[in-house]
Amino acid sequence: MKIIVLVKQVPDTAEVKLDPKTGNLIREGIKSIINPDDLHALEAAVQLKARLGGKVIALSMGPPQAIDAISEAMGMGADEGILLSDRAFAGADTWATSFTLGQAINTIGTYDLIIAGRQAIDGDTAQIGPQVADFLGVPHVSYVFDIEDVKKEAMVVKRRLEDGFERVQCTLPALLTVIGELNTPRYPDVAGLIDACREKAPIKAWNAADIGVHTKDVGLEGSLTQVIKTFAPKSQKQSEILEGTAKETVNTLIGKLKEINLI
Amino acid sequence: MTVWIEVDLCNGCKRCLKACPYGAVEMKGDKAHILERCTSCGACLEVCKQKAVQSDMAPRVIPDFSDRQGVWIFAEQREGTLHPVSIELLGKAQDLAADLDQEVAAVLLGYQVSGLSRTLIEHGANTVYLAEHKALKDYRSVAYTKVLEEVIKAEKPNILLMGATHIGRDLAPRLSRRVAVGLTADCTELNIDPKEKILLQTRPAFGGNVMATIANRYSRPQMASVRPGVMEAKPKPRNKGKVIKHKASLTEKEIGTRILEIVKEAKKAVNLSDAKVIVAGGRGVGDEGGFKILNKLAAVVGGEIAGTRVAVEEGWIPVERQIGQTGQSVHPELYIACGISGAIQHRAGIMNSRYIVAVNRDPRAPIFQVADWGIIGDLHEVLPIMIEQIKKA
Repeated sequence: MKIIVLVKQVPDTAEVKLDPKTGNLIREGIKSIINPDDLHALEAAVQLKARLGGKVIALSMGPPQAIDAISEAMGMGADEGILLSDRAFAGADTWATSFTLGQAINTIGTYDLIIAGRQAIDGDTAQIGPQVADFLGVPHVSYVFDIEDVKKEAMVVKRRLEDGFERVQCTLPALLTVIGELNTPRYPDVAGLIDACREKAPIKAWNAADIGVHTKDVGLEGSLTQVIKTFAPKSQKQSEILEGTAKETVNTLIGKLKEINLI
Repeated sequence: MTVWIEVDLCNGCKRCLKACPYGAVEMKGDKAHILERCTSCGACLEVCKQKAVQSDMAPRVIPDFSDRQGVWIFAEQREGTLHPVSIELLGKAQDLAADLDQEVAAVLLGYQVSGLSRTLIEHGANTVYLAEHKALKDYRSVAYTKVLEEVIKAEKPNILLMGATHIGRDLAPRLSRRVAVGLTADCTELNIDPKEKILLQTRPAFGGNVMATIANRYSRPQMASVRPGVMEAKPKPRNKGKVIKHKASLTEKEIGTRILEIVKEAKKAVNLSDAKVIVAGGRGVGDEGGFKILNKLAAVVGGEIAGTRVAVEEGWIPVERQIGQTGQSVHPELYIACGISGAIQHRAGIMNSRYIVAVNRDPRAPIFQVADWGIIGDLHEVLPIMIEQIKKA
């Protein structure tokens, strides 16, 4: 079974800080991590390989430093890594990104299964999985939280719905997007991480020419949507930071809550 | 693509600084300067009034879309029942259509669902495009994509809105790829630009810590998804509309998926949306044991316990108690945020709280921007005192 896992390196948005005076983002020192849903995709792929044999390829698009995400994926058990990196890919919306990833997958050639995280925490769009599947002309199932059975021609998976779930049979090759409920990702293996950093590690870096795309079809130029304005979310609150020792602040707070009859 | 500043043209207005989502523009003297970390996203190109921000990107021609008419919504039904978000979208569609002087339409797919057309018309649809087929009974990505593609190609709508449900978020991206259009997910605001007459789609971006307005100038229909509960329904009980049937032809082989079973799970007994007081924890709680103290506080204030995405992912609290963009939205009288930094995905879920109290060690945590009262301190020290004092009170 040949499995391709789509991996994205993202800023850890839970760590984002705001300047208390200006309310602006403080961008320095934000860690980059593998997108949480993608860790579950990697774990699922590595488990399937252990059961059915075959190989796992981690595929990522990003700046050169996204190589760290590929190394971590290989530490978790991916056999090969491919990083799509080119200035021309920058500023891509999901239309251009799904095209780039789709072209890269066509360059890889055949596969049985593609697994991706449901969504990335920096964009939260959940669009790339289904878009890549449609580009490749294979069926997809999203919000997968259980992979029951995988055979050469078809598999049975469970897809999460708001009020329950559905059991879906799907022909292969296919694409799945998975959610955290699916499994508990393993920690990368230290020996594997070291191997992934060796010069001979099976990691490829592909640019636009390597996957046979014109620069006008990728990145910002190839995008159909554009950001035309960004602004800080407005807050109407008059925030008050309570001063004093822990005890004093708590007393002030309780006084305020009593005033409005909340306790 | 590369972006640079033509210094002779730059008048130092700083618009590009504010527009950059990545903090990659700074002032060098009184001129803007682009830093290494620029991702060439192009946000600064749009805002520069001096045309001082330049790029090597070929100028793009906006095609003529004057034949694209109509504001459409995808009418989502499950087992013959309309999802409320479809009715809400019809409310918004009426506003957008009025601004454009165009009509509202709903597109309804399913099997034996024609009765729902009436409801759609009574909530603002001038036209219902109806496709009924056995293969469309339950939602399946490929089947719905194929039929919608046919209807869109035949009717050429200008705008298509979908609910950001587990179905809408599955269908919209696949369909957008198929009909070769841009798509904006989870919009919180939709407007028509008065000059350009295009759909302005506003949503949280960059991890949700900023809001972004996105335009879709180069393809039609302009597609966007909207979370349930964001827009307001506008019933039009005496509205007259027509139903246009579309004949769908589908084979099981081309669909690829088969629904073996749909299982409804009884909602676990947590209804955070009705809670008057909520005590919620995030990364700062530290571990599962840390939630014990939150539980104690919840008990003395008569509140429910909840948490952030991180708290759920760490396994400290169950997923049905997650608050935020991927969890529940709540509106308690009092929300006590403990060790929560307050990424906007989380803030989005608590915006409608009457009062917010935040306890966090880090004065730079964004949660303090939305809190009525903030305590800067370690929750493990502050909460026990709070519990004691409330017991005494």
